Amino acid sequence: MKSELISHSYLDYAATTPVSQEVAAAMQPYFSQMYGNPSSIHQYGQQADSAIEEARLVMAAIFKVTPKEVIFTSCGSESDNLALRGAALAAREQRNASHILTSPVEHPAVSRTAEQLARLFGFELEMLPVDEFGRVRAVDVAARLRPETAVVSVMAANNEIGTINPVDQIGAVCRQAGIPFHTDAVQAAAHIAMDLSSLPIDLVSLGAHKLYGPKGIGALIVREGTPLLPVQTGGGQEHGLRAGTSNTPYIVGQAVAFQQAALQREQHRGKLIEMRDHLIRTVLETVPHSQLTGHPQERLPNHASFVFKGVDGNQLLMVLDGRGFACSSGSACKTGSPEPSAVIKALGLAPQWALGSLRVTLSHLTTEEEIEAFLNTLPDAVHRVRMLRG
Amino acid sequence: MDFSIPKGAKIGVAMSGGVDSSVVAALLAEQGYQIFGMMLRLWSEPGLEAANRCCTPDAMARAKHVAGQLGIPFYAIDARDVFRETVVQYFIDGYTNGVTPNPCLACNRHIRWEFLLNRALALDADFMATGHYARLQREPGKPVRLLRGIDPGKDQSYVLSVLNQAQLRRAVFPIGELQKAEVRALADKFGLPSASVKDSQDLCFLAGRDYPNFLRRHAPESVNSGEIVSREGEVLGQHNGLAFYTIGQRKGLGIARPEPLYVLEKEPRANRLVVGTKDQLGQSNLRTHQVNWVSGRPEQEPFRAEVKTRYTAQAEPGLVTPSEDGQFKVQFDRPLRDITPGQAAVAYRNDEAIVFGIIRGEGAAETSFKEVKLFE
Repeated sequence: MKSELISHSYLDYAATTPVSQEVAAAMQPYFSQMYGNPSSIHQYGQQADSAIEEARLVMAAIFKVTPKEVIFTSCGSESDNLALRGAALAAREQRNASHILTSPVEHPAVSRTAEQLARLFGFELEMLPVDEFGRVRAVDVAARLRPETAVVSVMAANNEIGTINPVDQIGAVCRQAGIPFHTDAVQAAAHIAMDLSSLPIDLVSLGAHKLYGPKGIGALIVREGTPLLPVQTGGGQEHGLRAGTSNTPYIVGQAVAFQQAALQREQHRGKLIEMRDHLIRTVLETVPHSQLTGHPQERLPNHASFVFKGVDGNQLLMVLDGRGFACSSGSACKTGSPEPSAVIKALGLAPQWALGSLRVTLSHLTTEEEIEAFLNTLPDAVHRVRMLRG
Repeated sequence: MDFSIPKGAKIGVAMSGGVDSSVVAALLAEQGYQIFGMMLRLWSEPGLEAANRCCTPDAMARAKHVAGQLGIPFYAIDARDVFRETVVQYFIDGYTNGVTPNPCLACNRHIRWEFLLNRALALDADFMATGHYARLQREPGKPVRLLRGIDPGKDQSYVLSVLNQAQLRRAVFPIGELQKAEVRALADKFGLPSASVKDSQDLCFLAGRDYPNFLRRHAPESVNSGEIVSREGEVLGQHNGLAFYTIGQRKGLGIARPEPLYVLEKEPRANRLVVGTKDQLGQSNLRTHQVNWVSGRPEQEPFRAEVKTRYTAQAEPGLVTPSEDGQFKVQFDRPLRDITPGQAAVAYRNDEAIVFGIIRGEGAAETSFKEVKLFE
């Protein structure tokens, strides 16, 4: 029946982004014209294979790695799974490693995988401390590294609170100790250039849909010499690290999306930071009992996140949606679970604050009018939700 | 359809994934109202969360699917804590006090028409619609009148007569004018899933399990065994806990007697179950407390009415006599066998629900509903 959305201001670009026209156009020929299986000998296969290898070259150039270090996966979560499980099991096989070091502010794709490795394979799972901004310090990593550490995983930038971690320093500490270091850069990649020729990071998870690429495609960068076992076994695709027929149109689309992000990132950064800081300042001024979550400066340029005292975050999202603003919160559970997320919990907020989280994430497509309209609506929306308590 | 709802009004639809509320949403959407769907997530016993009859994950998925079909926003609203604190507590309190509570009353009063309605209003709704079979009559300057649904087999005005005027003014019951068969036909016409959520006497939070075991776990004091006595005080046997017996019950008393015995009354203070012969059964009077005059204006004079004493009972003719404190008594034309303290008595004049009250037990503790009250 009706298909137009009642929400008309999308302020949830950390959840996902629209596919850009350039990306959609680049993907188009690979659905029904150049549809060959890239593993086939014939010319159909060759066409697809060359598109994929071209995409791999593009990705490799952006991250300053060699093409064979780029492994295509189906999404950022799969990349996290492959990195953590693949590195932990390889380290177990090669040197009987038994220890995984990670942080309490990881994406569930990392933390759930680490928990399963602990449960099924007996790895000891150790959590790094974070500061009030949800930040991991390299000295804390250094103090906890052991010869039997299989892998260290610390995300580059947090999806819920936007905080950027010093992955250069953490990576340096790990490299010195000879322990593989993984970072989930799914959120960071849209905004932060990563030159892996100088950054000491062994495994980098990426996803296309956070930067105007399609959903359902991602990549894991695996620096040469990093021990890794495949998680999905089968054919020898992706250098034997990820079996399954390659998804040609999506791989092509992803490369275009990353290329555009690399080209446009700097020109958008200034405007994004300006909009973000205006938004943060105004919210903290106009909404009583409000607090920024995450680091005030070391945060993603498009990312503003808050907690409001005595507010049910899910209710707030519904009220905002009803008034035309699509945002997100820390507790992403759509079925209405009232538990604060692990990330929000890790910040050590008092319970009456922890449920009231709100994330507003912007794009170069966001207009100042949208932000002003949002800022005009939010104080009353928070007030309405506060009135519902008790 | 109630044409007194202004065109273009914003209406929150309480959805369940069942045919009735799905048709409500479709009807309102078709008439051009701005609508959105809401569904409550209710409490179940720990470990049985997936089985609450009113809001299983399957039901939630069905409701969400219907909302998607209609192209309307849909929000799941967590009411687990407040449901446990009000509805489940009301149920436990009732049995602890020796009466037979109807927790659906507390749910309508506190959850659907308070907790959920407040959320609908916070979402800028002007009204909230549900798939209840009941009718409302709105006239300017007059209280909203609550009438029985057209389909006599489906009428739900009994549980809705706990609502006050502020709640009724916000309520919309689009299918109260329809027969169930017509609702099903509309579901077909709209291409909606037409399966009903199974009609059941089970309470949603019991998740298909029996209430005796629930009470043993949550209100062990309500299931102490005690004496079964005759009207004359003769001890005839032992009962397993007053909660497990209902007024008028014959089977399962475990007493061998030449003539069949029936449960006449419960004496919660003495923890005694009073039984007697068929001719001793039956009562022509009832008294109430926890009263709600639907119009908000208590009547002063006695009036003839039809009074329903259970959700599933036939309405019986009698004389309703208001008392000065706003409560009321009923004198039935003929004795009824199963007047049960804790259930609601609802008096109707013609099709209109006039007054609601909880039936008081003669021997029951006056301190019923020690924690959760229907009305403040």
